[in-house]
Amino acid sequence: MRSPLTPEMATQEVQLNETLAHLKTESETLKTKLEEERAKLHDVELHQVAEKVEGLGQFVMKTRRTLKGHGNKVLCMDWCKDKRRIVSSSQDGKVIVWDAFTTNKEHAVTMPCTWVMACAYAPSGCAVACGGLDNKCSVYPLSLDKNENLAAKKKSVAMHTNYLSACSFTNSDMQILTSSGDGTCALWDVESGQLLQSFHGHAADVLCLDLAPSETGNTFVSGGCDKKANVWDMRSGQCIQSFETHESDINSVRYYPSGDAFASGSDDATCRLYDLRADREVAIYSKESIIFGVSSVDFSLSGRLLFGGYNDYTINVWDVLKGTRVSILFGHENRVSTLRVSPDGTAFCTGSWDHTLRIWA
Amino acid sequence: MNCVALPRMSSKTHSSNNIAHARRTVQQLKIEASIERIKVSKASADLMNYCSEHARNDPLLMGIPTSDNPFKDKKPCTIL
Repeated sequence: MRSPLTPEMATQEVQLNETLAHLKTESETLKTKLEEERAKLHDVELHQVAEKVEGLGQFVMKTRRTLKGHGNKVLCMDWCKDKRRIVSSSQDGKVIVWDAFTTNKEHAVTMPCTWVMACAYAPSGCAVACGGLDNKCSVYPLSLDKNENLAAKKKSVAMHTNYLSACSFTNSDMQILTSSGDGTCALWDVESGQLLQSFHGHAADVLCLDLAPSETGNTFVSGGCDKKANVWDMRSGQCIQSFETHESDINSVRYYPSGDAFASGSDDATCRLYDLRADREVAIYSKESIIFGVSSVDFSLSGRLLFGGYNDYTINVWDVLKGTRVSILFGHENRVSTLRVSPDGTAFCTGSWDHTLRIWA
Repeated sequence: MNCVALPRMSSKTHSSNNIAHARRTVQQLKIEASIERIKVSKASADLMNYCSEHARNDPLLMGIPTSDNPFKDKKPCTIL
């Protein structure tokens, strides 16, 4: 039952509503101004400028290794800086470290939860981080002793209020960046588990993140179910740029090697390229025949090729400059869920719901 | 979407929350609107330059000899 409004409360309510309406108008004006400013500099399309660039020939890329051992969907993988080891995580709760040259399993950890959606290798190669439905990110130091129980040395670092969707060490083993279904990203000190900075701005689950190449400074990009890709200042926690052109969830974001741009992959079946200095989308990688979502994207070393793993089990390879598809790769027997190019660019690895990982070169 | 009738919050609290959110949105937009931008033509040229400068060091782009790629097997081994 509604309590009666006093005359004072009624006046206050009118004033608050007026302030709100005023702020909303200011908001709309600023959005329009933002679009106008961006449009002023949109003098040409990337693919037009790239017409004078030599076209790419035929690519022969094949599966060179298949890593078998997970008992359920592979959800995430990451390369070690040594260019041969890989960590992968699965719906079955297992995290496995592989030697990709020999396909041998070097370590295996069983997590207390299923759906380990995120995993990352530490820069030193001496630890891995992982998490998922447990809402946490935990770090496991890797022991040289194969018989040692890795779970015993586990360190809980991050705590979110919903699932962990992605994690990444920063330049050292000391800090981890996480993204979560709780709509936030966060930066953590590994040793103490302390929250160093949190990043608020997404209106829904954050699904992915990528750190800018170290030369470019302290920023990272995140993508979410709100269809936005946000660029953040790691020190201040401020969102410095935001892009909203995708038509559905953004599952993957990856910086262009120079740090001046980033690519995204979405459930809207497109990959897109956003240039940070032009502050706009500069390319869309799509075809009418491609109707399934993109789960994961990564660039080749020079940035000329963009690899996309798709929910229709394929990998599409795109000419980043010309916007055309140069190759389509088959092999997986279910969704490709994760894709990363190796640190020296000699190969890329994919993980799939078909329980396997494949190395392509 | 089903709308659930919520018990009526104090109007002041409800509007204050909305106002705080709206203020943050305006602040955020001001920050985003004020950054310096360059033309797409210039940005594109820079992307192209980066690609061409690094192309020869991109193994997946150029293809490297089998002997240099640890993932590409040399001649298959025959077990005698």
